[in-house]
Amino acid sequence: MSDSTSSPSNSSPVFGYVASFDSAAALYHAAEKVRDAGFKRWDVHTPYPVHGIDHAMGLGKSWISAVVLGGGITGCSVALALQFFTQVNLYPTVVQGKPTNLSTIPAFFPVTFELTILLSAFAVVGALLIFLALPRWNHPLFNSALFNTFSDDGFILAIEARDPKFSREQTRELLGSAGATNIELVHEDA
Amino acid sequence: MANETTTSNQAVHPADAPTIAREQLVLNNRSMAWITDRVCGIVENRQPLIWWVLFLPSVLLAGCLGFTLVYLVSTGVGIWGNNQPVAWGWAIVNFVFWIGIGHAGTLISAILFLTRQRWRTSVNRASEAMTLFAVVCAGIYPGFHVGRFWMVWFLAPVPNANAIWQNFKSPLLWDVFAVSTYFTVSVIFWYIGLIPDLATLRDRATSKIRKFCYGFFALGWRGANRHWRHYEMGYLLLAALSTPLVLSVHSVVSFDFATSIVPGWHTTIFPPYFVAGAVFGGFAMVLTLMLPARKLYGLEDMITPKHIDNMAKIILLTGTIVGYAYIMELFISYYGGNKYEADAFHLRIFSGPYTWAYKCMFFCNVIAPQIFWFHAARHNLWVVFIVCNFVNAGMWFERFVIIPTTLARDFLPGQWGYYAPTWVEGLMFAGTFGLFLSLFLLFVRFLPVIAVSEVKGVLPEADPHYPEWQELKKKRAASLNAEK
Repeated sequence: MSDSTSSPSNSSPVFGYVASFDSAAALYHAAEKVRDAGFKRWDVHTPYPVHGIDHAMGLGKSWISAVVLGGGITGCSVALALQFFTQVNLYPTVVQGKPTNLSTIPAFFPVTFELTILLSAFAVVGALLIFLALPRWNHPLFNSALFNTFSDDGFILAIEARDPKFSREQTRELLGSAGATNIELVHEDA
Repeated sequence: MANETTTSNQAVHPADAPTIAREQLVLNNRSMAWITDRVCGIVENRQPLIWWVLFLPSVLLAGCLGFTLVYLVSTGVGIWGNNQPVAWGWAIVNFVFWIGIGHAGTLISAILFLTRQRWRTSVNRASEAMTLFAVVCAGIYPGFHVGRFWMVWFLAPVPNANAIWQNFKSPLLWDVFAVSTYFTVSVIFWYIGLIPDLATLRDRATSKIRKFCYGFFALGWRGANRHWRHYEMGYLLLAALSTPLVLSVHSVVSFDFATSIVPGWHTTIFPPYFVAGAVFGGFAMVLTLMLPARKLYGLEDMITPKHIDNMAKIILLTGTIVGYAYIMELFISYYGGNKYEADAFHLRIFSGPYTWAYKCMFFCNVIAPQIFWFHAARHNLWVVFIVCNFVNAGMWFERFVIIPTTLARDFLPGQWGYYAPTWVEGLMFAGTFGLFLSLFLLFVRFLPVIAVSEVKGVLPEADPHYPEWQELKKKRAASLNAEK
């Protein structure tokens, strides 16, 4: 195990520890340990979504689906309102022998369907950006070269100093005993 | 998903069980770093000479498209060959052709995602990109076919000074909504899938401009699991939304024909027949692009014979569905007892002016893909490539058979006519191929052609319980040996 900090003489506040692991399996077991130690402000950073690690981190289901349901309902009602209002009230024209009243509804299905899907998809994007607090182009973690391996083949566990359980010595020990191959102290500024 | 890995240790990892062993999705035990290097290397290194050899003529052809469009708008639609009775000439044939090609991408990314077909990971990115570019090419045609291009905004329901509103009961307006929704949702799906890979490119970037550009579009992605869990749910939802969407688009396109009373168009088989045809033609185009790309950029370990085999099987299946639809259409025209319908098909196949088109269509779409029943044919890349090009041509002939053949022979013989395209239409069609290829080549040049993060996820060692499976495998091998 080798230790390092992003720059030894850095005087800016400490962001937290970044630790790397050999494999998804090692990270998985480390996550279980960190979860059991009672940490709250920590995360694992992986090149792909490691399945089952939600459980190891003690995370539940993502409720992004609720927002998307809202988007779908909005799309459906907007489409129906748009079509009924324009075709029945504003500009009623009988074409193709189709009436201009409630019985027209079958002819409104395709557009209703499309707008339901469209607004649901917008809801996915909106909800993702809000839930993930992105875009955020700068982040203290990017100061760490060790961290930046996450997008290649690194399995990274980061614990923030903001966590009440964080202590420079004990947290490092915990990460070491969990099998970290490298540990780095990351500061807020590079 | 959280439950997936908490199954009891008695189960056997599918990759390791000898009796039900599946072919590895990534060959030669490639590591994650190798995958990153190989895919990102395409973007980071100089392009091979052949890239330029393909790109320059493509751009030139795309320029021809621009020229014909300017000529069209400045002169009028009279420079096209379509007129009464064939008001929908190549413009609509090519629209339906391109939009059909744009079906494979979302099918691969959405339907194969929902059905947990893990082999989709190495082909989904490029096919989604292909989808978008095909829809771009498709969108040009109806936009200009309206005649007065500067009035195209009238397709959108916006309040206007004339207090006129669109006719929402018309399939043509449904088409506007279907195609624009499909394009928008496909862009979203594609971009969301790209974010983790853009982050990879950002972290590998050596120049400031690259770092800025990829960093900007990567949105500051950190691969955090608190992000991944929402991301995965979002991706799953998009897949669930895109699945009915991809089936709806070509159904709505087919309504343009099926809701009319023209003999030869007025059939209920059109929506499923169009969707099957679109998937069929789309997969053929995916293979047409991916077979050379895979060879050129050394992606054979990720796009394996298994992938090509699977796609060839889908082409065989959908091609056979299309063949069934052709024959059923024919049967109903006889069995339905409608003499106009029967006559429309008689003219299409035996005595009309375009019987050659019907024969080309039938051969390319129904007979040619039957060779994929044979394992050897599915594993011979030349055979696959040639059959796919037959399919590409056949699907174009299908739309040609449906549109001009039918319109040229209406109810009254006095209305009959003949349609032949002009050079402008020819150049425009070639131009859309130029545009399509230029966009695809630019995509290969600037974005990762393979979904790096997804391919890493299907490696055996990506499973957090991989060492335990290995252990189990060893134990079992030992106990088997002991028994012997």
